[in-house]
Amino acid sequence: MNAITKVKAASATRRGLIIGASVVGGALVVGCSPKSMAGLMSMGSGDLDIGAFGPFIKIDPDGSVTVMNKHQEMGQGNHAGLAALVAEELDADWDKVKVVPSAANAKLYANTLFGVQGTGGSTAMANSWLQYRRAGAAARAMFVQAAGARWNVPVSDITVQNGVLAHGPSGRFASFGDLIAEAAKVTPPQSPRLKRHADFSLIGTRRVARKDTPAKSTGTARYTQDVHLPDMLTAVVAHPPRFGGKPASFDDSATRQVPGVVDVVKIPTGVAVIAQSTYAARMGRDALKVTWNDDKAEKRSSDVMLADYHRIAAGQGDVKAQVFETKGDATGAFDGPLFNAAYDFPYLAHATMEPMNCVAQVDGNRVKLTFASQIQTLDQINTAMVVGTLPGAVEIETLPAGGSFGRRGNNHSDYVVEAVHIAKHVGGGRPVKLVWTREDDMTGGLYRPLTHHLVSIRTNADGYPAAWRHRVVTQSISKGSLTGGGFDETTVEGVKGSVYLAATPVVDAQVYEPEFPVTVLWWRSVGATHTAFAMEHTIDQLARKAGKDPADYRRALYTRAGRSADRHRAVLDLACEKAGWGQPLPSGTARGVAVHESFGSVVAQVAEVTMKGNEPRVGRVVCAIDCGTAIAPDLIAAQMEGGVCYGLSAALFGKITLKDGVVEQTNFDAYRVLRMNEAPTVETYILASTNPPTGAGEPGTPVIAAAVANALLALNGTPTSSLPFVKG
Amino acid sequence: MTINLNINGKTYAVEAAPETPLLWVLRDELKLTGTKYGCGIAQCGACTVHADGAAIRSCQTPVSAAASMKITTIEGLGGTHPVQLAWIKADVPQCGYCQSGQIMSAAALLAKTPKPSDDDIDAAMTGNICRCGTYQRIRAAIHDAAGQPASVGAPA
Repeated sequence: MNAITKVKAASATRRGLIIGASVVGGALVVGCSPKSMAGLMSMGSGDLDIGAFGPFIKIDPDGSVTVMNKHQEMGQGNHAGLAALVAEELDADWDKVKVVPSAANAKLYANTLFGVQGTGGSTAMANSWLQYRRAGAAARAMFVQAAGARWNVPVSDITVQNGVLAHGPSGRFASFGDLIAEAAKVTPPQSPRLKRHADFSLIGTRRVARKDTPAKSTGTARYTQDVHLPDMLTAVVAHPPRFGGKPASFDDSATRQVPGVVDVVKIPTGVAVIAQSTYAARMGRDALKVTWNDDKAEKRSSDVMLADYHRIAAGQGDVKAQVFETKGDATGAFDGPLFNAAYDFPYLAHATMEPMNCVAQVDGNRVKLTFASQIQTLDQINTAMVVGTLPGAVEIETLPAGGSFGRRGNNHSDYVVEAVHIAKHVGGGRPVKLVWTREDDMTGGLYRPLTHHLVSIRTNADGYPAAWRHRVVTQSISKGSLTGGGFDETTVEGVKGSVYLAATPVVDAQVYEPEFPVTVLWWRSVGATHTAFAMEHTIDQLARKAGKDPADYRRALYTRAGRSADRHRAVLDLACEKAGWGQPLPSGTARGVAVHESFGSVVAQVAEVTMKGNEPRVGRVVCAIDCGTAIAPDLIAAQMEGGVCYGLSAALFGKITLKDGVVEQTNFDAYRVLRMNEAPTVETYILASTNPPTGAGEPGTPVIAAAVANALLALNGTPTSSLPFVKG
Repeated sequence: MTINLNINGKTYAVEAAPETPLLWVLRDELKLTGTKYGCGIAQCGACTVHADGAAIRSCQTPVSAAASMKITTIEGLGGTHPVQLAWIKADVPQCGYCQSGQIMSAAALLAKTPKPSDDDIDAAMTGNICRCGTYQRIRAAIHDAAGQPASVGAPA
């Protein structure tokens, strides 16, 4: 068979695998021992060749250091951060450190916070912080011991710098390469000593830059879209136009006449056209006639759905309310005049630059996938269920992603499963590249959920909240999947746990999760994409109602909230100072501020906004972040710049709408996104911290929409009740 | 039919229907995969190449129309083009998928306008989408490649 590494693939029943998958869900929810789970997930794995320095580090005889990245590199730069953790403790020459994607193997490469191998929740640095440093420190200790033995000197007299070991008193020195044979024989220490923050020479410096910039600046970086294997076929799938629709029948007579078309096959999610090239597959699909069964499909339009949401929030629907935060005695607490606000948030597509795609090879019970896998373990399990094999028998060569923002990692491995179905049909291990067109990608669902917030607040005479009622209506992301049961915490995170609720004596917060066929998913910063806006824009309206400066009003609430708000105050103060908060601006320009905690980090942003015709324009954004130890300051700055643009793009223009169940936006002509002439200048300031690192990929995204809404409120006195800002 | 193409200074004879977009000939037939598919309707700029020095969208250019032109792709830019060096210096890319197109648009801009203003950059680069939001570094890198102080500074 073609290019599939031989793995020991035992046969397994489909039922056995399904049981396995549900246990994974258990691991995700209740945090079962990652070790035992990972063992289960790895069943069927071949023996991986792990070198002397463990699964994360390979050192070659020429002394070059290669770090295995267990995470998906989708632009965040985690490869550089992880390599820096190793290089710091190893005292390697940073310029000579390389990074490659690791194998897919949950036993070796599980995310220490998830228990499965996967990238998400802005956890790449947080979960690897000790693991990768320990790996580097252990390898360093092995080299030091080898040098001590060779030179017959105490190890305490040996120093390591830039990959060179030296013994000062005797003037002897050796490189990693010189000592590799001896070092490889040393038993790795179980608890190597780690450096103190004060001793870091690489971590926290701008030297921690991306390793992939030259490849990405010369067109040589290899993405899934670029994979060409011998004898490879390309497939395009005709998908149902409505969510919940199924293919009923199809006529492929014209398709089979298209030059280059090889085969047409019905798969559970549509009809696949298999061809010699991408263009032929696409032409073949254009010629295909499919009749769809829409019996169970969603047929409502977005405005109808939203009206339903409004009724549900008012307690008029048949969707069960679930309490997510409650405190104090609500009896009578909401009597009297209330401040009321309601906010609508549309569906959003991730719209990665590289549409979804996957190269699959299936030969009996052996599978190889070559693509930008984000949650390798789930992709292995979902693939194994299609083929009838063990998860570990699914080999994945992980490639970098042309963006993800959450899209490539999902519980059902949607596009991966499609590719596997087609490759299984083709068989013989022949490679099949599934290509989603932009239209497939944009209309294919897994959106940031349509969401409605309804807020009612009674304030004290001093203008601060006394009682806070909050209703959220949104689809569950996790329902019907691995995490199952209860309400989906991610849909309310940011209201739940808010410092403003901590500062409010009476809280009555509930979420409604209606169920229908439109598919939804985490989208860069997940629940915070709407909760940050609802909280931060509400706070600004309350501040103005109380006649107080919005920054001062927040500070007073932080004091009431207690220690949990110390980091909020610190980033707010830093952002305000750098932005010149309170200083005059040209006529027609206003500032807005917002602060939000997500993924363990707290971000404050001050946006300067003007109106250009009917559209807000954001000129300057000052961003302050507390993300614990800043491993790679310039990459964190890049994530703040990118996070602001991603959030601002959605806030200004982003919306997916349905008409009679059919998505109206199919490409970038209708799904408007931020472009060069609309992009702000982002200044990033990182709070000094020696705490363990927290998230950076997502926390910059959810803050900007509220900062802009608050600037518009300052500019014209009008609050914002729905996004995007630009209508029509 | 057989179509003769001049790409990056080399001549290729390809078998393709005349209406086939140049993009798919480059990517699938010639394996010049640095040029990316992003939208297929000339909205995103990921497929930008040079035709006789001008930036064009290869997804909307029939291969037959490309036959009479000198085509340059990212692979033909050489790797040490001032724009590429500036890109590397500023660490512009994140996911990187759009960057071939961004670089080709920027290189075409600088060939025509060696000292572009911010407005010139807006006009030349607004057709290239970057979902990672690297716009501010792209702007700084273009100014840098032009030998001008960046009007928009790198972050502190």
